[in-house]
Amino acid sequence: MNVTLILLAVILTIAGWWLSRQRLFSKPWLEVGHAFDPRPDGRPSIPPAKIGLGVFLAVVAALFSLFISAYFMRMASTDWWSTPMPKVLWLNTAILGLGSLLLHAARVTAERHRDEASRTALIAALAAGLAFLAGQVFAWRELTDAGFLIADNPANSFFYMISGMHGLHILGGLFALTRVIVRTRAGPMDERAVLSITLCATYWHFMLAVWLVLFALFSGWANDFVELCRQLLT
Amino acid sequence: MVDIRHSTGEPIGAAEVEDVELYHPHSWWTRYVFSQDAKIIAVQYASTAIAIGMVALVLSWLMRLQLGFPGAFAFIDAERYYQFITMHGMIMVIYLLTALFLGGFGNYLIPLMLGARDMVFPYANMLSYWLYLLAVLVLVASFFAPGGPTGAGWTLYPPQAVLSGTPGGKDWGIILMLSSLILFIIGFTMGGLNYVVTVLQGRTRGMTLMRMPLTVWGIFTATVMALLAFPALFVACVMMLFDRVLGTSFFMPAIVEMGEQLQHGGGSPILFQHLFWFFGHPEVYIVALPAFGIVSDLISTHARKNIFGYRMMVWAIVIIGALSFIVWAHHMYVSGMNPYFGFFFATTTLIIAVPTAIKVYNWVLTLWRGDIHLTLPMLFALAFIVTFVNGGLTGLFLGNVVVDVPLSDTMFVVAHFHMVMGVAPILVIFGAIYHWYPKITGRMLNEVMGQIHFWVTFVGAYLIFFPMHYLGLIGMPRRYYEMGETAFVPASAHTLNEFITIMALVVGAAQLLFLFNLIWSIRHGREAGGNPWRATTLEWQTPETPPRHGNWKELPVVYRWPYDYSVPGAAEDFIPQNQPGSAGHAPEGAS
Repeated sequence: MNVTLILLAVILTIAGWWLSRQRLFSKPWLEVGHAFDPRPDGRPSIPPAKIGLGVFLAVVAALFSLFISAYFMRMASTDWWSTPMPKVLWLNTAILGLGSLLLHAARVTAERHRDEASRTALIAALAAGLAFLAGQVFAWRELTDAGFLIADNPANSFFYMISGMHGLHILGGLFALTRVIVRTRAGPMDERAVLSITLCATYWHFMLAVWLVLFALFSGWANDFVELCRQLLT
Repeated sequence: MVDIRHSTGEPIGAAEVEDVELYHPHSWWTRYVFSQDAKIIAVQYASTAIAIGMVALVLSWLMRLQLGFPGAFAFIDAERYYQFITMHGMIMVIYLLTALFLGGFGNYLIPLMLGARDMVFPYANMLSYWLYLLAVLVLVASFFAPGGPTGAGWTLYPPQAVLSGTPGGKDWGIILMLSSLILFIIGFTMGGLNYVVTVLQGRTRGMTLMRMPLTVWGIFTATVMALLAFPALFVACVMMLFDRVLGTSFFMPAIVEMGEQLQHGGGSPILFQHLFWFFGHPEVYIVALPAFGIVSDLISTHARKNIFGYRMMVWAIVIIGALSFIVWAHHMYVSGMNPYFGFFFATTTLIIAVPTAIKVYNWVLTLWRGDIHLTLPMLFALAFIVTFVNGGLTGLFLGNVVVDVPLSDTMFVVAHFHMVMGVAPILVIFGAIYHWYPKITGRMLNEVMGQIHFWVTFVGAYLIFFPMHYLGLIGMPRRYYEMGETAFVPASAHTLNEFITIMALVVGAAQLLFLFNLIWSIRHGREAGGNPWRATTLEWQTPETPPRHGNWKELPVVYRWPYDYSVPGAAEDFIPQNQPGSAGHAPEGAS
């Protein structure tokens, strides 16, 4: 559970830092009338949707860290053979990274009111997302054809399960992205559109980061890193 | 202490909080069924939770009938008994307590208490309820599936949970159970995001974090915990579903079943236990923290006195929330783990007793020399304090490895668990319903029925669970379908078991009276008016009762903390949070 605990410590640190700025030491029973409100003008300065996404990503991070914890704990047993990684995963990773770049471009262009460019970038990002999913399915096919079935070995099981879970999250992101595309297809990109695109981009960057961690995990590089940490600790 | 900081005497200008775009329902369906109004969603959540809770109540009756009168009821065979136990536990912990506290009270109280018009993401909020309902339906469906519901125990430990020896293990039972949990967690995440972000972003002007009622603090912290803890259950459920359906071996070791070698091998049942309890222990506090918060508000309001040590109460809630993530393995002392590990977890477990004890002292000190009104909510709040202390003390026993090991498989654990996590939070739920029902419906609940309900429930619960401690100490095992001829269990223990069963039937019947009261009072209850308890918090200051869609005509502005009761020099013994000016002084010694 170390991975999870480390993540939890990070989240709690952020929460603690935020709480420390909320005047938890004030004496509310002595303060009648105007209270010092850390929110400027008593209104939130960050749109709720952004905070909402942030909290959601924390939940997603907890989810994947728990999968990874389980992966490491299960790995300790003797019946574990690592699954070979299909080469196509490299291409998939590149496509996912490309999608991330495209969404970033869509955001920047929307902010500068180059609406057409932004719309094109959004559609290209959607295509990249679909291509990534297709590539993942292709990688699964390749593995099953090579005889690495889900129930044969825990490493296989974990690979299919966790990459499937990641794929489901990407699929959810694609639904949101489609909605944004449909909503912004006509009319100028207003503040709301920029916000939606920013949210999509943030989500995508995050899922890219998750994928990179997972890829490192499946390829076995993470093990060396974890081994190093373990030696440093003991 | 007179250095109260008053701002300029004149009231702050009207709400400058940006008004949210409210959704406007156009038909009866979108107004009352597919509603995005948090208040309607709250009532939907609560009704569903209470309905499924009644099923769990009946299951506990059946279970008790078997324990009290073994063999007297032919239809309760061993298999059914395990199914009753499992479903009773799972429904009560997840589908009743969690859903009612967070989905029910969270939805109703957070926007109203913070002076918001609604939750920040009303659509996701609506989806949250419908996913919850779907989860409940899937759960109920397992009663009708071939082989019946799962009988794996509410902890669903593998490998037995997916083997043929366990009811539902090789049938639909376990699959439906796991699917239902997965749906519940997805639904809860949608709701939970709402509760958290509404507290962060939806507060009205002047409502700083340190002016939030403790109810909101409790629900908020519990929701944050739930958002981080439920993924562990999600992961465990997904992995077990893979083991059961796709034949993987995450949790399944090599196993011979009915003389046949299964294809599983190498999996770790302990891994499941880690995941499950990483969720399972925070779950205790996910239920307890809202209860703590609500009870603080009930006590303060009905004792007409400011809460003692508000800051300490807030800190304690936050500290308990954080600590509860590093105690999970105290549920696993008998799993064969390293004793040093057990020592670590025993220490963290006992440390939690410190902030919890602070809260108990503060409740008692709030009551000290208060103007105590023994209203129904107050009675339930007092009953909670006593019960929680009782259950908490046996927790100190069980938190220690050497004491836990011999007691772990006995009725003592059942008694402890039911006192601290069953009876105590349920008492708060009752108190909260008696307290807020007038706001929800505009009418008071019937007092006579309420008094009967309270006394039967409170006294009855003790008559059920106190003897159980004794049964545990003489070694009566839990989970057993029947005792048979056992030398160390005296005949008197069987008599005691009969007594417990009869009391369980009586207490259960009292809940039917409560249910009747809930329905009867909607039409026949006494008119309540807007603020029957003369309370300070914002939900009692709405222009209409029950509050209409959007809650407020003009958003309220908050000028003071929520506990200005019996302020010297004030015209009345309470000052609402949205009342401007410097009427009265804060009470002395409030720190």
